[in-house]
Amino acid sequence: MKKIKINKTMKNDMITYGMVILAYIVVQLLISSGHVSSLIRGLLVPFCTYVIVAIALNLTVGILGELSLGHAGFMCVGAFSSAVFSLAYKDAIPGGLRFFLAILIGAAAAALVGFLVGIPVLRLRGDYLAIVTLAFGEIIKNIINALYLGVDSNGIHFTMKDALSLNMEEDGLMLIKGAQGVTGTPNDSNFTIGVVLILITLFIVLNFIHSRTGRAVMSIRDNRIAAESVGINVTKYKLIAFTISASIAGVAGVLYAHNLSTLNALPKNFGYNMSILILVFVVLGGIGNIRGSIIAAVLLTLLPEVLRGLSDYRMLIYAIVLIAMMIFNWSPNAIFFRKRLKQRITAGRKPEKEA
Amino acid sequence: MSFVAHLINGISLGSVYALIALGYTMVYGIAKMLNFAHGDVIMIGGYVVFVTVSGMGLNPLAAIIISMAACTLLGVTIERVAYRPLRGASPLAVLITAIGVSYLLQNVALLVFGSDTKAFTNVVPFPNLELFDGQLIIKSVTIVTVIVNVIIMVGLTLFVKKTKIGRAMTAVSEDKGAAQLMGINVNGTIAVTFAIGSSLAAIAGVLLCSAYPALTPYTGSMPGIKAFVAAVFGGIGSIPGAFIGGILLGVIENLSKAYISSQLSDAIVFSILIIVLLVKPTGLLGKKIQEKV
Repeated sequence: MKKIKINKTMKNDMITYGMVILAYIVVQLLISSGHVSSLIRGLLVPFCTYVIVAIALNLTVGILGELSLGHAGFMCVGAFSSAVFSLAYKDAIPGGLRFFLAILIGAAAAALVGFLVGIPVLRLRGDYLAIVTLAFGEIIKNIINALYLGVDSNGIHFTMKDALSLNMEEDGLMLIKGAQGVTGTPNDSNFTIGVVLILITLFIVLNFIHSRTGRAVMSIRDNRIAAESVGINVTKYKLIAFTISASIAGVAGVLYAHNLSTLNALPKNFGYNMSILILVFVVLGGIGNIRGSIIAAVLLTLLPEVLRGLSDYRMLIYAIVLIAMMIFNWSPNAIFFRKRLKQRITAGRKPEKEA
Repeated sequence: MSFVAHLINGISLGSVYALIALGYTMVYGIAKMLNFAHGDVIMIGGYVVFVTVSGMGLNPLAAIIISMAACTLLGVTIERVAYRPLRGASPLAVLITAIGVSYLLQNVALLVFGSDTKAFTNVVPFPNLELFDGQLIIKSVTIVTVIVNVIIMVGLTLFVKKTKIGRAMTAVSEDKGAAQLMGINVNGTIAVTFAIGSSLAAIAGVLLCSAYPALTPYTGSMPGIKAFVAAVFGGIGSIPGAFIGGILLGVIENLSKAYISSQLSDAIVFSILIIVLLVKPTGLLGKKIQEKV
């Protein structure tokens, strides 16, 4: 029998998969033994959503090396396209198949928007790129808030004015009601599906990073001019990474949409605040470190809930913890201090070993 | 006549954006960081004036000076406690810290002042200007905002070009290391920049709340983002750029609200930003940076 060689990257990836599966088993055990409050149980699907979108953003920020503040916009596209699909075919297609198709549609729609946004955006650099992605995110949210979409025997109607100007027939079904959003989406997502989607996302992203394409993308991140001069098509690889990232964010949106019966594009769920929150997960978890994003997403979503007992003070503490963690993790002085401390500990144990 | 009225309202809104954008641009130009908490300093400035005028019954002018002092102190403290330890770290880390500071200020305001909307009293004591037999009313706030804005912009430009500290700021923004070797106190210069930016934020807060008299802990957040967009629009780091960007943004926003769609006005503003950046990738007045290999 041939032995499978396990190298370092593979081991690392296995730890990441294992961590997710272990967390899933622990949570399921806790649920069955009744240790999980209904509050936390309601948060399980949002956990998965945040984890997936954090992985997606880490692909853009950590691997591609471009700052995107518009990932909530891609989530929004995925959420609304899939919710409209699920609502329109609520009775026509059975649950499991419908949700599977919804995920594909959400991913495809977000990928398409990501591709279209990426063509102009990726020409820009640094902070300008960040602000334009933020602008695109806000535009997407704004348009969806003003959009009315309905379907009847004459086909599909849409308008940006109001519900009446749709001119629908009696048998018509309203799909998107402007600022009121989509109501009546079937609740197809649950924790198990969420975890499966996380694993699939991980599989795609980790394999992408280790692939030839992924290495090309990382070479662009490290030095664009050097990458260009060895013949790497910068625009193409940037677009590939950005589109995949947008598409995964779209899947997170699908999961999010099918957990709610009413879906609105509010500033707090699809606005720039959300994009920033996801960025916080990525930066705190370690830029380019997929496993770190997962842990940070779970911990930071859990933190306000754990602090719920402190009611009014919880977001205050959240903010202080965030600032303190950033300074501890990133400050040059803190890094130096940690190194010294580590040296002293190891030096005490093995004085003869040199660094 | 209604077009002129919309235009003037746009200039009024734009002037507020411009004032906020000046603070963003100063800090970005010198410290190379996006101070996301700037919008929340504005909100704090608004609350200070609210408390001193409505609560203590002080003279509005005295209240504005107190508010400027408070915001300056706040800005310098934030810089010292949260941003200075991260000097030299990844720009993203500083950005996230700024976001943390923004959350902190919002939640402190939420705890101290509550989440209810405070009705802000207009602190500009002049009567409105009526033209063409009352067909066109220009609010006194608008006039004051525009005048204050022009004075501040000219003053800042002169300050940066002519004074020793201003020249030090330019030097620090060009090259921190070289500036330090020339004997410039880099940390001190950055602290002064934050002080100026934050005192401008206090003025912006007062004018914003006088024009749109509703004060909540989240008041500063959206104008902050818009002003950031304005700063990028005009070319971030450039003082006249922030002014032009702010005014243009305000005018475009108001005209699209009036003539196209009030719901889509933000989308239109952002679309124009994107188009401008695609044609001029460093904004209207931004400097082109040559990349070295």
